[in-house]
Amino acid sequence: MRRRFVIGKVLGALSTLVFVVIFNFFLFRVVNDDPINSLFRGRNLTPDQLERLRVKFNLEGTKWEQFVAYVQQLLRGDLGYSLKSSRPVTTVISEALWPTILLVGTSTLIAMVGIVIGYRAGWRRGSTFDATATSMSMLTYSMPEYWIGMVALGVFAASLGWFPVGGLNDAGSTLTGIERMLDQLHHLILPATVLAIAYVGEYMIVARSAMIDTSREDYLQLARAKGLREAEVRKHHAQPNALLPVVSLSAINFGFILSGAIAVESIFSWPGIGQQTAFAISGPDFPMLQGLFLMISAAVILANLAADLLYGYLDPRVAGR
Amino acid sequence: MKRNVSSAWRRLASDKLAMISLFVLIAFIVMAIVTPWVSSREDINPVNTGDNPTWASPSREFLLGTDYLGRSVALQVMWGSRVSLFVGLAATLLTIVIGTLVGITAGFFGGWGDAILMRFTDWFLVIPFLPTAIVLASVLERSIWTIVFVIGITSWPSTARLVRSQVLSVRSRLYVDRARALGAGRAHLIRRHIFPNVLPLIMASTTLAVPISILTETTLSFLGLGDPTEVSWGSILNEARQKGAVTRGAWWYYMPPGVAIVMVVLAFTLFGRALETVLDPRLRER
Repeated sequence: MRRRFVIGKVLGALSTLVFVVIFNFFLFRVVNDDPINSLFRGRNLTPDQLERLRVKFNLEGTKWEQFVAYVQQLLRGDLGYSLKSSRPVTTVISEALWPTILLVGTSTLIAMVGIVIGYRAGWRRGSTFDATATSMSMLTYSMPEYWIGMVALGVFAASLGWFPVGGLNDAGSTLTGIERMLDQLHHLILPATVLAIAYVGEYMIVARSAMIDTSREDYLQLARAKGLREAEVRKHHAQPNALLPVVSLSAINFGFILSGAIAVESIFSWPGIGQQTAFAISGPDFPMLQGLFLMISAAVILANLAADLLYGYLDPRVAGR
Repeated sequence: MKRNVSSAWRRLASDKLAMISLFVLIAFIVMAIVTPWVSSREDINPVNTGDNPTWASPSREFLLGTDYLGRSVALQVMWGSRVSLFVGLAATLLTIVIGTLVGITAGFFGGWGDAILMRFTDWFLVIPFLPTAIVLASVLERSIWTIVFVIGITSWPSTARLVRSQVLSVRSRLYVDRARALGAGRAHLIRRHIFPNVLPLIMASTTLAVPISILTETTLSFLGLGDPTEVSWGSILNEARQKGAVTRGAWWYYMPPGVAIVMVVLAFTLFGRALETVLDPRLRER
């Protein structure tokens, strides 16, 4: 890969991150310029107490001074304090990180089944398999993920009792080791499948149209002319080339699945980033929301950068030699 | 122009799925419009539902049962359609207006203005859409207009990109050069040549943006960011979940709003795709 390509992509990602920081500051300090006052209105705080809260939440001085202080704080890895629990935002986020990685990671893996289905559908465009797969993916695309979650809970947890109604583990569970992991897996299956169902359609549609584009290429005719069997042509010549659009989609989808986790986690009481976001909305707990937004955006920006670089690596035409 | 419209319509009318979708959409829009005539908003005000049974399953009196306050679920879904459809359509309009303005400006004028606008568009494309909408909605006042604004301000970038690329291709065509050579000004070029050629694309992208706006509206109100004084499909689902409809097995409370969302979103998506295919022949082979 050309060095210019890599540097360009990295700088682009950095500029997006800077934009998010400015946007974040603008939202929580300019649009909503005094969160302390609006939150503690009518609670009879003494001026002294208000003063201390202002200092704690970094609301002193002009907007410019506040912005400089905010950036300095960020660079120190400090995201301020939650208004609700008074704990550092970074602590709350780091506790919630692992459950979300587990959930989003598992759902992404399950949703990637869509790639396989999409390839098959695109290869045999117009077949019954294609028609079924396409209409199924349109259907799942139209369902809000939280509603799929409610229906799944109602059927598989409340009525049939196959799965627990929520949480990461059974409440007050004393299991350890392998049993604890199995219990966690039991709790994970339902929310992970729900998220996967909501996003499997996008994988399928993109993989399908990538396959259709590839199937028109001359090199497939060449491969056939060489006498390769249809299955070989698909596996070794079509599929690898249809991978590219799927790579860029994966980054976009990562953002969607992470966003979808907000509502799904709160339905399944899954103690992750999404549930924390839902908690912070109901407060509203502004420092928490600000920190979560920054964190989620940074994760998505990184995923996009990774996908861009991977794309450049897989397709040298993009990155230059 | 007129002939184009009628031939496009004929092609659309031969698409069975598109016609079913259109029928579903019209049915929902009619429901949203007539609801205030066939019922009163006071019928689902908890103050007036004290005598109704609570958590009643569907019966002849309450076709879709009642909720924890004895309010009819059917009526809530009907009133909810008004907010969900209105916000979906209004937010789409805002999205398309911003996206078209940015796209035409960037594509037609080019240069550093284009560079800045596209940088801005890229930022908005990369940062995740729903979390942005959530933080925006949470610092603003809770109202229907906030939701419209929030969806519009977060979802214009893909329209802007689409419009820009179309403008770039139209701008370099011969008849535009000819018009310019004959002394046409910028305003004239945009109005007479660029805009009419971008319009079909804008129409298809509008129909495809509506389902996304509706889904976003329901998600935001499900998360409690909607107007607390209005009923929307998302807010019904939010209340159903909070009051434990799922664990109680009160399927009549959480199934109807969800099915309504799926039907409307699916119908808009299918109709939009059919429209796109009719307007853009290159897609027809798909």
